[in-house]
Amino acid sequence: MTKMHVQTSINGETVEFLCSPQQTLLEALREIVGRQGTKEGCGTGDCGACSVLIDDRLVCSCLVFAAETQGAEVTTIEGIAGDGGLHPLQEKFLEHAALQCGICTPGFIVAAKSLLDRDPDPDEETIRYWLAGNLCRCTGYDKIIRAVQDAAGELAYQA
Amino acid sequence: MAEYAYSAPLSIDDAVGILEDHANSGRRAQVLAGGTDLIVQMRGTDREPRTIVDIKRLEETNRIDADGDDIYIGAAIASAVLDEHEELKRLLPGLLESAYLIGSTQIQGRATLGGNLCNSSPAADTIPAMIANRGACVIAGPGGRREVPVEDFCTGVGTNVLEAGEFLLGLRFPRPAPGTADAYLRFIPRTEMDIAVAGAGVSVTLDGNGVCTAARVGIGAVAPTPLIVPEAAESLVGTRVDDDALVAAGEACTAASSPISDKRGTVSYRLKVVGVLCRRAGAIARDRVLARGG
Amino acid sequence: MAEAIDLKYIGTRPVRPDGVDKVTGRAQFGADQNLPNMLHGKVLRSPHAHARIRRVDVSGALAMDGVYAAVCGEDFPSEVGGSMLGEGGGDLGDVARNIMARDKVLYHGHAIAAVAASSLEIAERALHAIEVEYEVLPPVLDVLEAMEEDAPLLDENCFTKNLPEKPDKPSNIASVMTLARGNVDEGFEQADLVVEGEYRIPMAHQGYIEPHACTATVNEEGKATVWCCTQGHFDFRAATAKILDCPIGDLKFIASEIGGGFGGKTVLYLEPVAVMLSRQSGRPVKMVMTREEVFRATGPTSGTVCRVKVGAKRDGRITAAKAWMAYEAGAFAGAPMGPGCMSIFAPYDLENFLVVGHDVLVNKPKVAAYRAPGAPQAMHAMEVALDDIARQLGMDPLDLRMKNAADEGTQAPYGPKFPAIGFKACLEAAKEHPNYKAPVPEGAGRGVAAGFWFNVGMQSSAEVRLNEDGTVIVMEGNPDIGGSRASMCLMAAETLGVPYERINAFVGDTESTGFCNVTGGSRTTFATGLAVVRACEDIIGQCKSRVAATWGVDEDQVDWQDGQAVPAPGVNAEVTPMSLADIAASMPKTGGPMLGRASLNAQGAGASFSINFADLRVDRETGKVDVLSFTAVQDAGRAIHPDYVEGQMQGGASQGLGWALNEEYIYDADGVMENAGFLDYRMPVASDLPMIDTHIVEVPNPSHPYGVRGVGETPIVAPLAVAANAVRDATGVRINDLPLSPPRIVAALEGN
Repeated sequence: MTKMHVQTSINGETVEFLCSPQQTLLEALREIVGRQGTKEGCGTGDCGACSVLIDDRLVCSCLVFAAETQGAEVTTIEGIAGDGGLHPLQEKFLEHAALQCGICTPGFIVAAKSLLDRDPDPDEETIRYWLAGNLCRCTGYDKIIRAVQDAAGELAYQA
Repeated sequence: MAEYAYSAPLSIDDAVGILEDHANSGRRAQVLAGGTDLIVQMRGTDREPRTIVDIKRLEETNRIDADGDDIYIGAAIASAVLDEHEELKRLLPGLLESAYLIGSTQIQGRATLGGNLCNSSPAADTIPAMIANRGACVIAGPGGRREVPVEDFCTGVGTNVLEAGEFLLGLRFPRPAPGTADAYLRFIPRTEMDIAVAGAGVSVTLDGNGVCTAARVGIGAVAPTPLIVPEAAESLVGTRVDDDALVAAGEACTAASSPISDKRGTVSYRLKVVGVLCRRAGAIARDRVLARGG
Repeated sequence: MAEAIDLKYIGTRPVRPDGVDKVTGRAQFGADQNLPNMLHGKVLRSPHAHARIRRVDVSGALAMDGVYAAVCGEDFPSEVGGSMLGEGGGDLGDVARNIMARDKVLYHGHAIAAVAASSLEIAERALHAIEVEYEVLPPVLDVLEAMEEDAPLLDENCFTKNLPEKPDKPSNIASVMTLARGNVDEGFEQADLVVEGEYRIPMAHQGYIEPHACTATVNEEGKATVWCCTQGHFDFRAATAKILDCPIGDLKFIASEIGGGFGGKTVLYLEPVAVMLSRQSGRPVKMVMTREEVFRATGPTSGTVCRVKVGAKRDGRITAAKAWMAYEAGAFAGAPMGPGCMSIFAPYDLENFLVVGHDVLVNKPKVAAYRAPGAPQAMHAMEVALDDIARQLGMDPLDLRMKNAADEGTQAPYGPKFPAIGFKACLEAAKEHPNYKAPVPEGAGRGVAAGFWFNVGMQSSAEVRLNEDGTVIVMEGNPDIGGSRASMCLMAAETLGVPYERINAFVGDTESTGFCNVTGGSRTTFATGLAVVRACEDIIGQCKSRVAATWGVDEDQVDWQDGQAVPAPGVNAEVTPMSLADIAASMPKTGGPMLGRASLNAQGAGASFSINFADLRVDRETGKVDVLSFTAVQDAGRAIHPDYVEGQMQGGASQGLGWALNEEYIYDADGVMENAGFLDYRMPVASDLPMIDTHIVEVPNPSHPYGVRGVGETPIVAPLAVAANAVRDATGVRINDLPLSPPRIVAALEGN
């Protein structure tokens, strides 16, 4: 099968890889370029564990062909923490015990970052609807919502 | 053995050429916009190799024009992009809500009006809203362009009027007349993430006295294709879109429906709920006009 | 006995040791293990719910380029004995036939063959090259139909167990269980009112977000290393050894981080298959299920039919209670009917009761443990019946329960007398809770129900290693499914008297730490925690002995206080207290490295009770239910890390509400599950729920040094009846069956 050559930016780093035309971005991230922080929970866009940003737009990487990311900027969980250490969302997820098993956590943090980048002061309902595509089976969402609220406050304080 | 291929043409002619070539040589090609249905189907029920023709690099599928007499929305515009368009939100709030109801934030980052239409599911959220707003499908093909009213686009479950070599460029809507507003409601068991069990889109135009002079009603998930319900619209025209008129419109929707029972709902449930949704959506559309002061 | 003690670390809420890796994407879960030269394995699954297998031929697959191994049922050892420990593991012969069918396929999705190939794509194509001939048989899907005499038989050798005499004919009823006390007929005669009902609940899935995954590599000697996501790698190792008929010592199991389990990862599916494929190919083999496979072929919990009859006096005192229950086992015996029977009346002090349970085969996947297995279904029936009684008597539902509540000394329906338990404390706390005192919002209804789980002890080991700088490593063998490393560190910090930050906890593989049973039964913080405490005490003993030698005093003249060795009161030695760090620094001179150990079979896991209540609003036209508020009150014995106790309560509430409102396995007439994905298997999403308020009651468990009771399972029990009772309160109509889906509610409101 003929492979396609794709050049994209992942967390600011230019990355080139070969993929099959029907391979998804999730497969490319996990199996080709070795970014396994992005998780697969369903492969059909229903759980959000594979959330990434493409050109700052939140998407499920299982529902994007890898070939579509030619020339795009992809942000994954590995790119959320900065040079200064953990992102406030990551700090607050830890402080609030907003994870139990942790498999959904990378997707939640990427999705929540995308929300706070757009809306620095979301109310509870806004957070809940924005994150409705991220399934968590462990926490009942309570501590996740509180962590996002608290991170928003922290970011506002830093700004 | 057939193999997968991916192509992202940069011109409409190239896109049509690829689709036509495949049709003529008996190979399968499929248009990709947001991919939220296509990729799921490729992983599940329909694994046959094909050429994927990504139309997102075309100018005309990516354009929004909200300033002219007609409103144009390219077929590859993601729901999330629509939602950020303040002018469209003002003009067609119900249509934008229908697009923003699809799936999750992540899905909305990819899903398009065009894809929702071309997937031609009976339960597609945006189609009843597009019908209510007198939408027309702008189609490119080997014979040039043609337009088809949205209500005539779907021909059955998963089938539509697109011919070999054709694809959807975008949607055209007449600019809403003064005193016009729309609304769309669907029913799902959860608050997000589900496929509509029933849906209703309503557009009403009220005169200075609050009397309805024009109306359109589209419904979904209650028949093999989304439907336009002229009887429902007729029950609203000439009224103040009051409770009695809305009940009559809802009953007309129920009468027009021929749903099935499946994992998402029963026949009797869908018949009841489509009427409720039409009634509630009609009231929202009316209140939107009145809130603007006519 | 737990005494009143000043606790310095227990009860605080520090960041978990594995936290940073889990918020940055570094943590390695089941599907994250890749090895050089690795193949990808896939399973061929039955397209029929019930069929005899005439022939399986994998040669076509093996002949394909890029395919390196292919196996089917006949490649596995035919006789497998023993049973798998834990809730829902069951007979290992059945487990072996579940992971690879022999003779018959018993559900749609039943594994029938497997291949390993150089890519996933080739593996998927190779499945199509496997030839299988089936003789299709009629399936039986409904538990009551399966119990009928002329029902299609899943297993011709299934003769109902636990009857006075072995039946002369096989049936789908694998076993029955009876529990009784007093005389129910007399009890019902004394009753002023009697309520009864039949309640049906469909199968539901645990819904962990991480699909099952494993990677196996076998060398030429037959020694295998297996990485997998599991709730218990020691139990997986034992089961794999039995299924493949090889010595346990040939198998090394390494537990990855685990992306949820809720009981569903106490049983294995892929691991022996991956080992077989690796043996045949000589290369590592990775297998990862799709979400669809997870739904079709891994453990849901039983669908049930429960008939309950309860009689009470006008003052609310229950005079008799009777239950008849049928649990779907799926394809093989082993429904959690036993715990269902034992839990249904557990919160109450009853003079007369009779419970009969049935474990029934149907052509659906073999059920696996799901959080308090069997209890939610059974207790839903009882708690709904009690709600009806309270309503008829005009009594507050908490008062009715208090009138009948079990307490210390009450003989549990399943036999033993309860030691100190917290049910009455939960009832009192609920009654005083501001959310309970607040009025029910306009148009909403309030539901109340009780929950219960036994909790278990079982076998655990732990080691505590003192590092040269005085920091401490805790090593144990229970996969950390929800923060248990943090709890282990807290208990070690408390026992040793050193700060939490100086302790780190690790989950060892089967070769690097002592045996531990599964992370299940709400046992880990209790039993493995007990082992950690004992191992800490072991090392404290060693420290005292070395310090005594250093000081030149007797060992009993050294005390351990606040993390340091001090002279015992009255000892006249001119010595400076030695901290753990001082002792660590002196190790080379005082006898070498120090290692504390404990291995035990923990007894006395304290039962955990709960009271939940919630306010729900119902849209009478569409049947949509909105959860306005939910409050969970539960006895945790002692909350080691309260955040993670609350998390268990909140997560269980969410799962219970999902099951009550929308989750269900939907089958067509041929036995094909119609909603095998997260789109139509509707688990709650963030916007479906409010904040879930928690109130932790602490009635210490006398069998644990810090009073711990398991907390993980009780939380899912009460929400089913809470939702049912709230919808009853909101609508005035009692709906007996779950889920309370919109079409069901609308039909009920319309009188159908």
